[in-house]
Amino acid sequence: MLGNSVLVEIKNLRTYFHLPEGTVRAVDGVDLTVRRGHTLGVVGESGCGKSVTALSLLRLVPSPGRIEGGEILFYRTVEEAGASSALTDVIDLAKLEPNGREMRSIRGNQISMVFQEPMSALIPVRTVGSQITEVITLHQKVSEAEAREIAADMLARVRLPKPRQALDDYPFQLSGGMRQRAVIAMALCCRPKLLIADEPTTALDVTTEAQILDLMRELQKEFGMAIMYITHNLGVIAEMAEMVAVMYLGKVVELTDVRTLFMSPLHPYTRALLKSIPQLTDAVTRGGKKPRLQTIEGMVPDPYSVLPGCTFHPRCPERIPDVCDRVEPGVSEVAPGHSVKCHLYSSP
Amino acid sequence: MASYIVKRIIRMIPQVFLISILAFIIIQLPPGDYLTEHLNRLRQSGRQQDEVEIRRWVQMYGLDRPMYEQYLKWITNIVFRLDFGYTFQWNKSVREVIASRMGYTLAIALFSAVFTWVVALPIGIFVAVKQYSIADYFFTLLGFIGLAVPGFLLAMVVMYVSYTQFGVKVGGLFSVEYQLQPWSWAKFVDLLGHIWIPIVILGINGTAGLIRTMRATMLDELRKQYVLVARAKGLSELKVLLRYPVRIAINPFISTIGWLLPWFFSGGTVVEIVLNLPTAGPALWRALMGQDMYLAGSYILISGTLVAIGSLISDILLAVVDPRVRFGSLEGQ
Ligand SMILES: Nc1ncnc2c1ncn2[C@@H]1O[C@H](COP(=O)(O)OP(=O)(O)OP(=O)(O)O)[C@@H](O)[C@H]1O
Ligand SMILES: [Mg+2]
Repeated sequence: MLGNSVLVEIKNLRTYFHLPEGTVRAVDGVDLTVRRGHTLGVVGESGCGKSVTALSLLRLVPSPGRIEGGEILFYRTVEEAGASSALTDVIDLAKLEPNGREMRSIRGNQISMVFQEPMSALIPVRTVGSQITEVITLHQKVSEAEAREIAADMLARVRLPKPRQALDDYPFQLSGGMRQRAVIAMALCCRPKLLIADEPTTALDVTTEAQILDLMRELQKEFGMAIMYITHNLGVIAEMAEMVAVMYLGKVVELTDVRTLFMSPLHPYTRALLKSIPQLTDAVTRGGKKPRLQTIEGMVPDPYSVLPGCTFHPRCPERIPDVCDRVEPGVSEVAPGHSVKCHLYSSP
Repeated sequence: MASYIVKRIIRMIPQVFLISILAFIIIQLPPGDYLTEHLNRLRQSGRQQDEVEIRRWVQMYGLDRPMYEQYLKWITNIVFRLDFGYTFQWNKSVREVIASRMGYTLAIALFSAVFTWVVALPIGIFVAVKQYSIADYFFTLLGFIGLAVPGFLLAMVVMYVSYTQFGVKVGGLFSVEYQLQPWSWAKFVDLLGHIWIPIVILGINGTAGLIRTMRATMLDELRKQYVLVARAKGLSELKVLLRYPVRIAINPFISTIGWLLPWFFSGGTVVEIVLNLPTAGPALWRALMGQDMYLAGSYILISGTLVAIGSLISDILLAVVDPRVRFGSLEGQ
């Protein structure tokens, strides 16, 4: 099942920020796999390292952040003229020069990203068109006029009303939803193999959010691209993702398919996370009274501290004394495609 | 765009009109004027022959008429005949005095502005990108020194050092041998050899200030999301900088055109006096001191008009580079 279908494989990735106050282990040994054409959802509380993982993949970690170790294997297909089958070669993005020619030729081309806070993703003083065609002419051998055609097509594909006119508009002339569509079009116009979407819909109303999500799935099917979808909204995960990675303090604590995640979550953190989402049935059974949301006990430890053992143990209701606070749990594969990083499930 | 420019120009007309009234009132404020003083002096010395001449001036400029008539006469002469009046100190028309000097003044002001931008822009970008590096601290220190040292002091230090150390006399715009000669290639080269000193001295204060402004706005812009988005497109770092944060950080630069021109025009006067330059500033300054009313009035009028023109130019340029100005919406992101 693996082999040819793997697009990106992250192995033991560690990205630290060396600050005067101490070292922030934003990403601390993450393993992830993204398959071709599939969607991997990444969930976790704020500050658990979702965005930094994504930025590491694109080699855009801002200083003083640095990739300290690990591999980011990108299985890229090199389409050769005449050859019937495409060749795959593997490249370790973690080893590339962050601003080197090779990394830049991948960025925006084979791997592109839609960022958190899409409202400020476009500079207000340049037209939407110039900001989109820029990425097309950079990666494809096309003229300015052809690039405009491609951009207009893509804007039409994301169902922006009057796409041709929007090219000459400035970002502040578009509504929030329209801007978001333009930003998605910008990320898609080189038909990337992987689209990283970092909470792309947080700023939008629910209806627009639903439309954008539909659109992304539709385009995913059409282009055969993989999506890494980052969010803290489990509802969106249920709708979008096939595989889900749950992150806590820079580590992936559970990785499984989306059905299993909701039906039989294993890690205590995952279960706590699922309990913390408001459910319609709760509201109904309580007869209209506002349901009390269950929050996860305790605070996220301060990011500079290095905890012995499992990093979740101070908040864990099921911690095993003298084990969880001493020994770091390994990753155990409890079923094919379902792995957990927890002592409760480690084979003796 | 065209309608914006037309609107902006129309708005300038009442501005300049007000400036001219103010200029006229200001020169009338102090008691006495050059002419009556001059007449008194002539009478005391018993010389009468000039008085006929002077009576002619009094009539011509309506000096015996009420204020508003004097103003009307003054302003219509300027607008329709470019006649700024007569200077009693120099015994020439004001236009002659200003025209022979204005060229140098404008040249120095313009090149000082160019010097300021050419130096401040790259350094400002550089220190913002390399925040807290040794280069940043170095230019910060240099910038504060540049801001704190007044231009005239710098001029005196340059003169002193170049005279005592190199035996070169700095000052003026020409060497002695070219001073009275007609224009020639050699005279032009001689001018270039002299003119860079006031340009650099005048430019340094503005440069130091602009580096600070550029650094601050660049640091703000570099944190914006669209910079990261631009990097994620695969653009090279230089292109990212020039096409994104610099595009916005350039705005305060353009706004400086509004004050740089008049600042060099009037603020440079002290430096020009120290350096003994044949520019407009020192002559006009002397006119203010001596209540030479037409020359002084023209000075105020011209500086004021330059302020208006400067802000017109910078407004138009701002509208060119920033569509939010053009569309009258600064709501932005
Ligand atoms: N530029 C930076 N400098 C210093 N620390 C940083 C920087 N960026 C991120 N961090 C730290 O890295 C950790 C992970 O941050 P990250 O942005 O990846 O969280 P996140 O999971 O994306 O959260 P959110 O859901 O709020 O976006 C945090 O502790 C954060 O403080
Ligand atoms: Mg984030």
